[in-house]
Amino acid sequence: MTRSVIRLKTTPEDHRVARLAAAAIALALTDSAIPLPLPGIRLGLANSITLIALARYGWATAAWVTGLRVVACGLLLGHFLSPAFFMSLAGASCSLCALALSIRLSRRCFGPLTWSLFAAFAHIAGQLSLARLWLIPDNGLLYLVPVFAAAALVSGTVNGLIAARLLGEAGPVHALETQNA
Amino acid sequence: MPARARPPTRHAKNAWRTAVTSALALFQPGDWLTFLAASVFCALSFPLAWNGAPAEKAVIRQNGRIFAELNLSRDRRIDVPGPLGFTAILVEKKRARVVSDPGMHQYCVRQGWLERTGEIAICAPNEVSLQIAGRKESYDSLSY
Repeated sequence: MTRSVIRLKTTPEDHRVARLAAAAIALALTDSAIPLPLPGIRLGLANSITLIALARYGWATAAWVTGLRVVACGLLLGHFLSPAFFMSLAGASCSLCALALSIRLSRRCFGPLTWSLFAAFAHIAGQLSLARLWLIPDNGLLYLVPVFAAAALVSGTVNGLIAARLLGEAGPVHALETQNA
Repeated sequence: MPARARPPTRHAKNAWRTAVTSALALFQPGDWLTFLAASVFCALSFPLAWNGAPAEKAVIRQNGRIFAELNLSRDRRIDVPGPLGFTAILVEKKRARVVSDPGMHQYCVRQGWLERTGEIAICAPNEVSLQIAGRKESYDSLSY
């Protein structure tokens, strides 16, 4: 038997994505442990990591971090390939589309808060559309729109503020990126 | 540009106030716009989605007078006499519709099922109208 060694060559970019994704996964797990009254409503703290990745390294990195987080959280929380997983996938992909558009806005006027709000509203739009088309094909779902919109407003603002704050100071995020580099 | 020197605050009089002011400082001009738009969307979504009371009854008027009030939870069919003939109205599965009408254009028939509070089908030639109502009266913004 010959021993074969598989060695993956990783770039600094890979390390960065991995580090940011790890932080996002940790936050998402923390998030899912916080009980909230309505199913499907969560603070989405991991999204602040996506925003930081977006601001520092661009959309592709943000997309990688988000995709890894969605899949890894699906596996860790045990809902991989279940409806809940596809709900979070739909929300995440819509958010990323919204972020791709909102990053084009002038940076002088619009900051992480705007991106975050766009992403939060795109998130509920994606989730509600998927739920309406697939899980609960009934217009009664529209009654929940105001609740989800209010949740998106709160979580979008909170995550935007967190991201803006962390981007403003070099401290914790910088440490996150350069650790063990 | 010289760095702006800020006098050190001796005591944080109110921790909440400092937290709020530092949070507000993170808003960029355009962010206020986005935040405002999002808040307006939220505020508007409540009355739009939770439009008044749930539909309870179908109010049928003939020549402006109430001809019948049908409870939507009971399925039935009713013929309303008018100057041209009979307008047939059907209540089924918590909704109502005009099934047939002697009028020329058939607008009220083609409107199909009415199920939300405030929806109305008017068969003008035969002077018959069918409106869905809740327990409370919801105002028609056009005529009120």
